Amino acid sequence: MSESVSPAVLERVLRTLADTQKLPLEQVTPDATFEQLNIDSLDGINILFALENEFDINIPDESARLVRDVRQLAAGVQKLIDAKPAPAA
Amino acid sequence: MTRRVVVTGAGCVSALGNTVPEFWAACLAGRSGIAQIDGFDRTGIRFQNGAQARGFDASQHFDGKQLIPLDRFAQLAIVAAREALAHSQLELTDDERARAAIVTGSCYGGKTSEDAGFVALYRDAQPRVHPLTIPRLMANAAASALTLELGWQGPVWTVSTACSSANHAIGQAYWLVRHGLADVALTGGSEAPFTYGSLKAWEALRVVSPDTCRPFSLGRNGMILGEGAGMLVLEPLDRARARGAKILAEIIGFGMGADAHHLTQPSAAGAARALRLALADANLPPEAIGVINAHGTGTAANDIAESAAIREVFAAGLHNLKVTATKSLHGHALGASGALEAVATVLGLQHQCVVPTANFQEFDPDCDVPLCIERQLWPHEAAVSNSFAFGGLNAVLVFRRAGPNSALMLNPTD
Repeated sequence: MSESVSPAVLERVLRTLADTQKLPLEQVTPDATFEQLNIDSLDGINILFALENEFDINIPDESARLVRDVRQLAAGVQKLIDAKPAPAA
Repeated sequence: MTRRVVVTGAGCVSALGNTVPEFWAACLAGRSGIAQIDGFDRTGIRFQNGAQARGFDASQHFDGKQLIPLDRFAQLAIVAAREALAHSQLELTDDERARAAIVTGSCYGGKTSEDAGFVALYRDAQPRVHPLTIPRLMANAAASALTLELGWQGPVWTVSTACSSANHAIGQAYWLVRHGLADVALTGGSEAPFTYGSLKAWEALRVVSPDTCRPFSLGRNGMILGEGAGMLVLEPLDRARARGAKILAEIIGFGMGADAHHLTQPSAAGAARALRLALADANLPPEAIGVINAHGTGTAANDIAESAAIREVFAAGLHNLKVTATKSLHGHALGASGALEAVATVLGLQHQCVVPTANFQEFDPDCDVPLCIERQLWPHEAAVSNSFAFGGLNAVLVFRRAGPNSALMLNPTD
C-alpha cells in the first residue's frame, strides 16, 4: 500500500500534520510514528479533520483506528483519494 | 446537623419509555432502546443509531402556551419531575416550599432551540430568531421551569459537568438535605442532544458506535447517544417516616474529583479516587458494595480505565460484586445519564436484583470485571453509581437498600 503514495500526496500529508501539530516540517518524516511525534487521541482526530478538509475525503472511524504512523496515514489517504469518483469533465 | 437522606420518589423519561415502570420493565428484560435515529435527515452522518425518547409526546403533557418557553430538555425534566413528585406523594407547606431545593444537571441545555435558531440564521438567512431562544437554551431552564410549576423557592441551580452532570447534581442535593440546608430536594438531570449539528460534532470526535453500545465487551466500538431525564425526590429519613412515605432507598455517600490528566482520555487513578471518596463519605468498606452501575460507555478507553479502577478499589470484594452498564439499554444520555442510572440503581436495591448489560459479545481481558449480562436476583445492601465525564470530572454516588431486612430498618433510631 505504502509504495503507491504519490510524492505530491505525501508532501501534503506531511505539511498538514506539521501544521496541525505545530511542528517544524522537517521533523515530520514519512517514517515517524505517532508516538515519536507525541500524537495522542485528541491530536489524532484533529489531524483526521484537517486531512478530510485538505483532500476532500471522508476517513471512516474503523480504518482511522488502525493507523499508527505517518506512512500508514499517507497510504490510507491515497487510497481514499484513488477511490473518489473522477470529477466531471 | 447531619441527617440520613432517603429517596421517596423517582421519575424518568428515556428510550425505554415515559415512566419508571416502563423503564424498569425494559431494564429487567434487557430490552435496549437503541434504534435508528429518526426525526431529521441523517444524510452525511457516519452513525445511524441512537436511544431517543421516541414515545415522548410533549402535547400529552403541556398545553400549547406552556410549551412556548420549553426546549425539549426542559420538557423531559418536567415530566420526569412530575412522576417523581406524584410517586413521593409529597405535600409541602408554604414554609417548606420556601426552603425546598432543586438541583438539576444538563450537559447541553436547550441545544434543540439553539440549533433551530442557527439554522434559521445561517442556512435560511432569516433576519431573526425566536425571542425565547435564550431562556429556552440556558442550562438552568429546566430547574427554573420547575420552580414556576411548583412554587419552590429554596436553593435552585444547575450543574453542567458533561456526562457527570446528573451525578454532581444528585450528590449536591444529597449534601444539602444531609446538612440541613434544605428539607426536601428534587434532583436529577435531563438531556435532548439529537440535533444535526450536535450529531455532527459527536461524529467528528469519533467515539460513537456505528452499531450499538457494548460496555466492557470485546468488539465494543463506541458509545450510543441517548436522551431523557431522571428525577429523584430526596428528604430526611425522619421526615419520610413521619409522613409514612414509601422509602425507595437511602443515599449514603457522594464523592467527586478531577483527573487533571487529559481532556478526553479517562484516568483509572482519577476514577478510583472518586470511588474511594464516595465510599469514605458513606463510611463503608468496598466489601459492602454489591452492585456497581458503571459509567460503562462502550468506548475502548473508558471501559478499560473504569475496569482498572474497579479492580483496584474493590480488590478484596470482587466476589461480592456485580457490575452493570445500563447505557447499553438507555444509551448515553450525557447530563441525564447519572439520573437514569440512579433510578436503575435504586430500583435494583428495592428489587434485590441486577439489571443485565445488553449487547455483550465476548469477554475482554482488559475489562475483567464481574459483569452482569443476564438479569439476576442478587441480594445486596449497597450499590454504587459511577459517572466519569469528558474533561476528567468524576462523580460517584452510594445508595443503600431500604427494606424490611436492611440495615436502614434494623436501626430505626439512627
